[in-house]
Amino acid sequence: MRENVVIIGGGIAGLEAAGQLAGLGYNPILVEKEDHLGGHLADWHCLFPDLIPAKDVVSTLVAGAASANIFTNTEVLHINRLQDCYNVMLSNGVSVMTKAVLCATGFRLFDAHKKEEYGYGVYDQVITNSDLEKWFNGIPDPRIDNSMMSSAGFVHCVGSRDEKAGNPQCSKVCCITAVKQAIELKKKFPEMMVWCFYMDLRMFGKKYEDFYISAQRDYGVRFIRGRVSEVSENIDGRVVVKAEDTLAGRPVRITLDLLVLMSGMVCNPKTVRDSGTVQFPADSDGFLKCRNSVTDFNLSAQDGIFFAGSCTGPKTVPETIAEARSAVLSIHNWFKGKQ
Amino acid sequence: MDFGFSISRSSTVNLDSVALENFTKLQALEPDALKCISCGSCTATCPAGKFSGMSLRKVIHNLQRGREKEAVEMLQGCMLCGKCSMVCPRAINTRHLIMSIHKIYGEEAR
Amino acid sequence: MIYQGKQKIWSEYQKEIPDDHWFYVRSCIRQNFFPASEKMFLEICRNVLGKDFYETEHHTTCGGIAYHCDTIPQETVMTIVARQFALMTEAGYSNYVASCITSFGNYIEILETWKEFPELETRIRELLWKACRREFRKPDYVAHASDLIYKYRNEIAARAKYRLVNRHTGEPLRVVEHIGCHYSKMFPSKGVGGAEYPYVLCGMIESWGGNVIDYPERRHCCGYGFRQYHVKANRGYSISNTHKKFESMEPYQPDMIITNCPGCPYFLDRWQYAISEMEGKTYSKDGYGIPVFTYEEVASLVLGYDPWDIGLQLHQVAVEPLLDKIGIEYDPARKYEGIDRKSLSRPELPGILKCC
Repeated sequence: MRENVVIIGGGIAGLEAAGQLAGLGYNPILVEKEDHLGGHLADWHCLFPDLIPAKDVVSTLVAGAASANIFTNTEVLHINRLQDCYNVMLSNGVSVMTKAVLCATGFRLFDAHKKEEYGYGVYDQVITNSDLEKWFNGIPDPRIDNSMMSSAGFVHCVGSRDEKAGNPQCSKVCCITAVKQAIELKKKFPEMMVWCFYMDLRMFGKKYEDFYISAQRDYGVRFIRGRVSEVSENIDGRVVVKAEDTLAGRPVRITLDLLVLMSGMVCNPKTVRDSGTVQFPADSDGFLKCRNSVTDFNLSAQDGIFFAGSCTGPKTVPETIAEARSAVLSIHNWFKGKQ
Repeated sequence: MDFGFSISRSSTVNLDSVALENFTKLQALEPDALKCISCGSCTATCPAGKFSGMSLRKVIHNLQRGREKEAVEMLQGCMLCGKCSMVCPRAINTRHLIMSIHKIYGEEAR
Repeated sequence: MIYQGKQKIWSEYQKEIPDDHWFYVRSCIRQNFFPASEKMFLEICRNVLGKDFYETEHHTTCGGIAYHCDTIPQETVMTIVARQFALMTEAGYSNYVASCITSFGNYIEILETWKEFPELETRIRELLWKACRREFRKPDYVAHASDLIYKYRNEIAARAKYRLVNRHTGEPLRVVEHIGCHYSKMFPSKGVGGAEYPYVLCGMIESWGGNVIDYPERRHCCGYGFRQYHVKANRGYSISNTHKKFESMEPYQPDMIITNCPGCPYFLDRWQYAISEMEGKTYSKDGYGIPVFTYEEVASLVLGYDPWDIGLQLHQVAVEPLLDKIGIEYDPARKYEGIDRKSLSRPELPGILKCC
């Protein structure tokens, strides 16, 4: 008999894990609360640093997971520990008995409204990284569909590395995402001046530094080291941005046609809807707590509950996929150990 | 009327009114000028800098922010020894860049 | 500007303001700058709205000016404030309302500090007992007087004789609102509407018929800044900040400015004269500048009080063009008469800024 594995979350980690588990002869049951698979990536346009279309990645992963049992528009209500297995109750009335549960609930984008001083939702021309991706994907946005646009700015670290916003952690991918989006914007509007306001630029991944150099040299994106302190709107409806150019030691102000807030990653607040006997405690960074952050990052403190992807901390797409594969291996070895 | 005090000029750099025509010319000639990450290696190693205040990092930064006069004045301290080109992690050909700056912003250009 | 976005933020920063029974404390300086504002606050609250407001002549400064000028230690300020609370307790009140923004900020800061460091509160109680044999209960509610006019804004609108509308065009007046820094910048949750988009004055303007102007330097300090003004060598900073605000609001052609702080209306008003002398510039097309009011003065105007009885002749920027716009009746001959009809004597008029 094929062993059940319940996977919570149909984003890229859940999809990859479902495909790999099916390949190893398990019966993956994928539960996704939205009506579509792919998580955040389903709305994303393309991926750094090679500008690979996000939809290609999602469709490859969805195809790979085709043999899994997939429930969309479905939430996990609660999980209860039985003698030697878990009872997972779903919102569609299905109840699953399983020995292993893989938590792949991912992250939530920081709510940019909370940074009131940046005026998201108050000033017309302030948008988020996610809004911009949707526009790159062809969804019209009156804030951007404006042929007169001649300048844009990116604010790094919105809701990241910010104790007052409740998230002192670095969200890791926003620096390189801003570089990517700045380049994409320059491709759409070659005459546009594009400014990035950053605290640090963390170009840690493969070819990220090359991408950054290209943004500077080939696309003329200007980088100002200084965090935006305040945004306002002028009489023409353009945004006025204040920051310090910390490398010059002088305050700067600039009027822009569009300001993009790089919202960071925070943990998805609810792994399951109601509390059962199985809980998912958070670590000090707000993300789910794994057994050991160096070697056992796929394991929870509870036997049979596993983690993959950004539910345990901000991750890139390839890192998430690698973690999903690694979680599958952990689950496989765990089942073998039980025999 | 003299009140004994006056309205001080704001130290804020207004990026809306920075004239970047010359920098655009420089960019065409020296695209690597935009690659500077202000690490300060050039300034740390500059033999002239210790005595004249010369800092190539500041020169490039000032040009990007339209503070051309300060940049060109500072550049007078350069002895073109080339040490900065040895240390630059972004492999900017600094001697060539300095010559181009002189060409575009220097006396002969005016 | 997305109005609903602001409304969402406003809904998150609503504070509980009891309707009645307040212990009222005045500001050190407002009666010199805007002589009728505090009187009119009590007049409106007590006689128009029939509320219970108590004040005592034993009230002193809260020490806020000295505190913000770095000239007295915080423990001294706390003991002074403890004494004010003792006066409130002795009078049998538990709702405390301050006329001054800096006092309000000072009270909130002290109460929050005591919450974090209860041993400090104990020590201040001892100091107060040693100094003047008084004891106190902490107030249940601390409000700024503008919070109350905000709370009563619709009752005032219902009784209003005038609205903030240009009677010639029928258009709402374009009103700049300026909030004192110490109102909510230190403790955003203590201000109506928070710190980034305070609603306390916007609410009054909307209720009384005007249109609020949001301009880029709205959040900027008026320039008073205590040490910036009180030390003469620093006065350039003071006026530079005010100048920055006027430059920023100029394109919107405001009809008037409403403020809720003792210092702000004074500096926004008087510096218009100094700027006109220094730069030869005024900030209205007619050359009269932009009239500046306290919220009590505006409440009094819409309720139909005589402009000269509420002290508007003490403003630097002439108020008459605005009174004409709204259609408020006044007798030009009475401008420089006191309430007792004696002459206040006529001031010398400035050269560039036009005056009536």
